[in-house]
Amino acid sequence: MKSYKIEDHILVPKHIKLNEDEIKKVLDFYNISIKQLPRISPKDAVIKNLNVKQGDVIKIIRNSDTAGETVFYRVVGK
Amino acid sequence: MPGTIYKKVESILFGLLSAEDIKKMSSVKIITPELYDKEGYPVDGGLMDTRLGVIDPGLRCKTCGSKLKECMGHFGFIDLARPVVHVKYIRVILDVLRSVCRECNRILLDEQEIEKYRVILDKIEKEQGIDARRKRTSEIINSLKNIKKCPHCKAKQYTIKIEKPTSFYEHDKRLSPIEIRSRLEKVPDKDIELLGLNPRYARPEGMILTVLLIPPVTIRPSITLESGERSEDDLTHKLGDIVRINQRLFENINAGAPEIIVEDLWDLLQYHVTTYFDNAIAQVPPARHGTGQPLKTLTERIKDKEGRFRHNLAGKRVNFAARTVISPDPEIQFNEVGVPKVVAMELTIPEMVTEWNIERLKEFIKRGPDNYPGANYIIKPDGKKKKITDNIKDQLIEELQEGFIIERHLMDGDVAIFNRQPSLHRMSIMCHLIRVLPGKSFRLNPGVCTPYNADFDGDEMNLHIPQTQEARSEAKILMQVQTQIMTPKNGQNIIGCIEDSVTGNYLLTKEGIEFTREEATNILISIGIDDINFKKEKISGKEIFSVILPKDFNFIGRSKNCDKCEKCKHKNCPRDAYLCIEKGELLCGIIDNKSIGKENGVLLREIYRRYGEDFTLRFIEKVFKLGIQVLLRKGFTITLSDTDLKEEIKQEINVLFEEADKNVQKFIDSYYNNELEALPGKTLRETLELRILELLNKTRNKIGTLIVNSAKENIPTLVMARSGAEGSTLNLVQMSACVGQQALGGKRIERGYKNRPLSLFKKNDLGGKAHGFVSRGFKNGLKPYEFFFHAMTGRDSLMDTALRTPKSGYLYRRLANALQDLKVEYDNTIRDANKNIIQFKYGEDGIDVSKSSGGKIDVNKIVKEILGE
Repeated sequence: MKSYKIEDHILVPKHIKLNEDEIKKVLDFYNISIKQLPRISPKDAVIKNLNVKQGDVIKIIRNSDTAGETVFYRVVGK
Repeated sequence: MPGTIYKKVESILFGLLSAEDIKKMSSVKIITPELYDKEGYPVDGGLMDTRLGVIDPGLRCKTCGSKLKECMGHFGFIDLARPVVHVKYIRVILDVLRSVCRECNRILLDEQEIEKYRVILDKIEKEQGIDARRKRTSEIINSLKNIKKCPHCKAKQYTIKIEKPTSFYEHDKRLSPIEIRSRLEKVPDKDIELLGLNPRYARPEGMILTVLLIPPVTIRPSITLESGERSEDDLTHKLGDIVRINQRLFENINAGAPEIIVEDLWDLLQYHVTTYFDNAIAQVPPARHGTGQPLKTLTERIKDKEGRFRHNLAGKRVNFAARTVISPDPEIQFNEVGVPKVVAMELTIPEMVTEWNIERLKEFIKRGPDNYPGANYIIKPDGKKKKITDNIKDQLIEELQEGFIIERHLMDGDVAIFNRQPSLHRMSIMCHLIRVLPGKSFRLNPGVCTPYNADFDGDEMNLHIPQTQEARSEAKILMQVQTQIMTPKNGQNIIGCIEDSVTGNYLLTKEGIEFTREEATNILISIGIDDINFKKEKISGKEIFSVILPKDFNFIGRSKNCDKCEKCKHKNCPRDAYLCIEKGELLCGIIDNKSIGKENGVLLREIYRRYGEDFTLRFIEKVFKLGIQVLLRKGFTITLSDTDLKEEIKQEINVLFEEADKNVQKFIDSYYNNELEALPGKTLRETLELRILELLNKTRNKIGTLIVNSAKENIPTLVMARSGAEGSTLNLVQMSACVGQQALGGKRIERGYKNRPLSLFKKNDLGGKAHGFVSRGFKNGLKPYEFFFHAMTGRDSLMDTALRTPKSGYLYRRLANALQDLKVEYDNTIRDANKNIIQFKYGEDGIDVSKSSGGKIDVNKIVKEILGE
């Protein structure tokens, strides 16, 4: 069977792993601790190839009809 | 509060109390069912013992020495003569009994297996959480059920059955609670762990009661009736029963009574303890009061709608509220509510006495509670509240000083909050200003029925009176009707003209309508406009409408009857569908539902944007009244002859029916001859059904256009449909010519007899009329079978709505409860009560829908406007 990369699919938004500095920036910007971010499962297929561990922050860039692009952050949970 | 320690609850642990635990935490041993002695003081060792806490003012608790309200109560206990089963744990008891050996009381697994499962369970809990462990545990318990031989002592095992509510049978022999308890006691701790219990906090023998914990009197207070008699709480009654039977059981055992008598009393004790915990168990007759109503014991206190959670914790009640039937009053303003005088004299507003209003407030006191507008109470600065009566009126007026508070009757212009359940969106609760009116119902302008989803077939609504200045200004600024014109759902106006006012404005602004100067002036005066100065003798309807438009208002739109021609003819539109307003003059176009109606009133939305909410509300009121006044003068009704058809139209319709019949037959023939071409993804039969359905619908539509085109222009049914006020052309067609295809579940009617819906049709008749095509109109009457088909679909849709409403209501309730504390913070993020982020921007685009056009911001339009103007 042919295998697909789901991150190439048109409906899958772009997922990017943030580095330490970027994480700090995001947390400072919203004035929150990392626990207050929305979660994402470490088993989520879309971040399989990003080599993530618990506590990493994923930046998600979605397309939106009304806003063009919209940015979302999720922390990798258990 | 200073000195208060704040801590976060991390976890709560539940466990079973052992007999020792209960004795340790108790301050009294209860030994007598008597409550009070001859003097009326609580008996020592009784259920109202003062060591259990105090409920009488003046008495002191013997345990802690505090008075009423300071002492929160202490527990006691009863030594039960014989152990009894705790009903709430029968399931667990059964599981443990089945899983352990009847001889050696070890779990029915050998040592290796015990160790193996222990490791597995710990691993599962660590990896997948406690729920997964519980699931695995119940699998283990299940697998032990059928083991016939103990792996430890090789004893034979028997099946244990449960006889509800509280008896256990092993091999048809009843197990006494003593026997059960002795087995449970002997199960070793490490075996218990495999059965889903933590032996540190919950040894299984705790589920068989040998001592019973008595709750403090503070949770079961007695009430003193007016006659001076005491009435005890249900729990006290129940506990009294338990103590009484327990004493008798003790006496009988000590006296060496026959086994049968002891057994009977034991069962009785079991019954009382069982109903003490739960008085609504299926197999147990509920314990009752002398009057026959069942006692409310522990479980009933917590459970269900009247229980602690739903009634006391989730349900709050308020003062300063009123509820009554609503009725319409088109003469009051949209943001007013008519309040009956009787209500206005009961509800009050506190007003602080100052040097400026003291004389005015004295008048209120003088009129007292029985003369409107008066006052009911007076509150002194020390917080003492006094009812104003005729006797002390004069004295009160004399005493009146600055700083007193007068609770005066409601008056016109006071602020109130008005609500209709179900409160599904924020427009279900709005702020109105009070108008005190005669009568006994709340009056509201029919224009605000839409946001409340109210009608006047007996609906009731609630009124609340805010009591503080902050609450009043908040309500006025944030909740008044004009602030709610635009819904946050889609940015359209939820308040607009409805029904008659739409029809009226449609007729008013239609081409060719003229009024004399007198008539025109009269209409405008009647809606409260008095600076009119018509110079011409003949005034068109459009000119009348123009009077209420702001003088600097420009607008271009389309009427509802617009054909959407490829090239718009603008002002020369033959249907007068090009709506054009220049400098407050309606030059052309018809005003209808599309411009002034609710939900889609484009004109209203433009006014709102340009002139703000207060102006818009007043504008809607004027348009609303104008429409009604026009209809009032013109007269508007329907008559049976509206549905009459000309002879030649009847002929044409018959031709259409014949044609349809022929074509249906053609389809059926081609189906039987296998000439029908199947649609993609459909079987031949399905294709046939679709084809027939399509054909019959087309036929009805053709009839519809035929009738509408031939009908006189001014048929009221059509006027209402065309203006968008109510109904559609379909309604007229159904009355005069053809009701059309009746559908059940999206298909033609199929159910009924074998191969035919009704027995008067031939079997396998696939034709139109045999499957619910009603080719007659309501006026001429339906054939019996047509009537039956129509009734079938009617009943179906009735059932559908009746079943769907509670279902979707519960769905919505769960959603609302889950989302209730989400809120937009000042940094535009959406967060819950713990400040966790749910969305980084409201709706992920940060748009306030009620301020947008259809959920979007039309940048092009804004640019155009700025450059254009």
